[in-house]
Amino acid sequence: MTAISVKGLTKSYGDLVAVKDATFDVPLGTICGFVGPNGSGKTTTIRMLLSLINPTSGSGEILDHPISHPERYLSRVGAMIEGPAFYPALTGAENLRVIATLGGFPLERIPELLETVGLSGRGDDKYKTYSLGMKQRLGIAAALLPNPKLLILDEPTNGLDPAGIQEIRDLLSKLAKEGVTVFVSSHLLSEIEMISEYLVMLRKGEVIFFGKTEELLHRSRPTIVVKATRASDLKRLKKLVDEIGHPALLEGDELRIDADEKWGAELNELAFDDDIVLRQITPVRPTLEETFFTMTEEER
Amino acid sequence: MRIFLAEWRKLRRPTLFFGSMGVVVAVTALIVSLLFLLIDSEMGNADRGVRITREVLALPSGISLAFSNSSGLLGLVALCVFAAQTAQEYTYGTLRSLLVREPRRIRLLLGKYMAMGLFAFISVVISAITSVALAFALSGTAKVTTDAWTTDAAWTNLFETFVNVLISTFGYGTIGMILGLVLRSPISSISIGVGWLLVVESILSIAWSPSGNWMPGILLSVVASGGSPTGVTDIPSYSDALLRVSSMITAGALLTGFLFKRRDVAS
Repeated sequence: MTAISVKGLTKSYGDLVAVKDATFDVPLGTICGFVGPNGSGKTTTIRMLLSLINPTSGSGEILDHPISHPERYLSRVGAMIEGPAFYPALTGAENLRVIATLGGFPLERIPELLETVGLSGRGDDKYKTYSLGMKQRLGIAAALLPNPKLLILDEPTNGLDPAGIQEIRDLLSKLAKEGVTVFVSSHLLSEIEMISEYLVMLRKGEVIFFGKTEELLHRSRPTIVVKATRASDLKRLKKLVDEIGHPALLEGDELRIDADEKWGAELNELAFDDDIVLRQITPVRPTLEETFFTMTEEER
Repeated sequence: MRIFLAEWRKLRRPTLFFGSMGVVVAVTALIVSLLFLLIDSEMGNADRGVRITREVLALPSGISLAFSNSSGLLGLVALCVFAAQTAQEYTYGTLRSLLVREPRRIRLLLGKYMAMGLFAFISVVISAITSVALAFALSGTAKVTTDAWTTDAAWTNLFETFVNVLISTFGYGTIGMILGLVLRSPISSISIGVGWLLVVESILSIAWSPSGNWMPGILLSVVASGGSPTGVTDIPSYSDALLRVSSMITAGALLTGFLFKRRDVAS
């Protein structure tokens, strides 16, 4: 069973295609990162999943119910889309009561949820007095009100300080362990890499990858970074490894060689045979951010 | 019921509730006071220089006159509240949170409408109580006899006026909600709604009097006053006015509801 299953989902505005033929699955009980550059169609896709906008074509299922019948699944879905949105003149707690009343969720959970997101002391303050980070926390509390089976969060760590980001990361991991599926979009790719087991990557409205995060990272070519006791030897080493078929790039006092870490021993031997003494051999696996930029052809 | 209660939580907040009810009391008190205290003024004591005499006020219908005269301003209060409460869901971005919790859009609208309807009902009750109490209090100063005000005919008339003012207030409120949904901005919907009802309709009905037969604001004032509004000539009958304005508002509400159901909710 999948939490989200989307097939050929397309949304067009006249000639502009915001999301094109999106197809992906998100397994139950996992944290799935949803990444892509600004304007790649992440929020449009999320809006279609939540039935806020109608797809031009394609289909989708959430918790085994078609997205054309949102009333069948939204009671088990928590969501925060395009940042938190509440009534400024009401207190944080009263805002949650409005949503809980509307959704038919127990009001008794509100103090517990405020505590979970670190707002227990500020629940009775008006929303308009909240900082961006506090608003974000209240948005997450509202998303948790239905005790969801699926949590859809759009940039949940926006405006949070590093400690707040870590708290949210821990909270999402805890929820996933309890069986909640978390579908989270974020521009903080290091965060996504740390918590996401699965990944959906968009570029210009098209899904360019969906699957396990590890699988994506293994697709990228690893690098070995070496330093020699005499920096001048690196030019010779570059020529040697280039001839063997491992393209290398000389950057200052280090040489970056396109090769798997398993080739490190062979490299060391090769250098030794040519009287080059290496003082450092470091295998480097590309981060999600590097992979993302390579795949989305964005410049850092 | 869930939608109604959620909306009521927003409407009952003290600033909005007591602020609006304070405006209702103040407006009603002003109109009743002008009616009784300017009774001898040559400039008139009601709408557009119209003079309502002691003899008219002493009739059983006299107790309801001030109340029905307040209907236009009560309607404007309703229009503002309905328009603001609807359009602010767009400006605050809260509509998407509401629709995630209640994706059946027409049901959401109806629940909101019912809650705002209760708000309008309370405002009409408060206006009625204020106008009747103040009418009795000022009758001595204005030397108006009140013997006929306590007869069965007077209470029947008051009840009929209450129903008519309530229908008129709901009409104004519905127009406000339609404007809020179409314009998606509290400021635009209130300014266009109030500007049309107070300024444009007056100018058009003066420039070409038959146009008043098809102006929602004028038709609602005919309904509120039970078919005999003060100061407006060439007016349709009560039943014609009720039929015309309810048809217009129903058509507008159905069209807006259809658009709301189909329209994408973007940022």
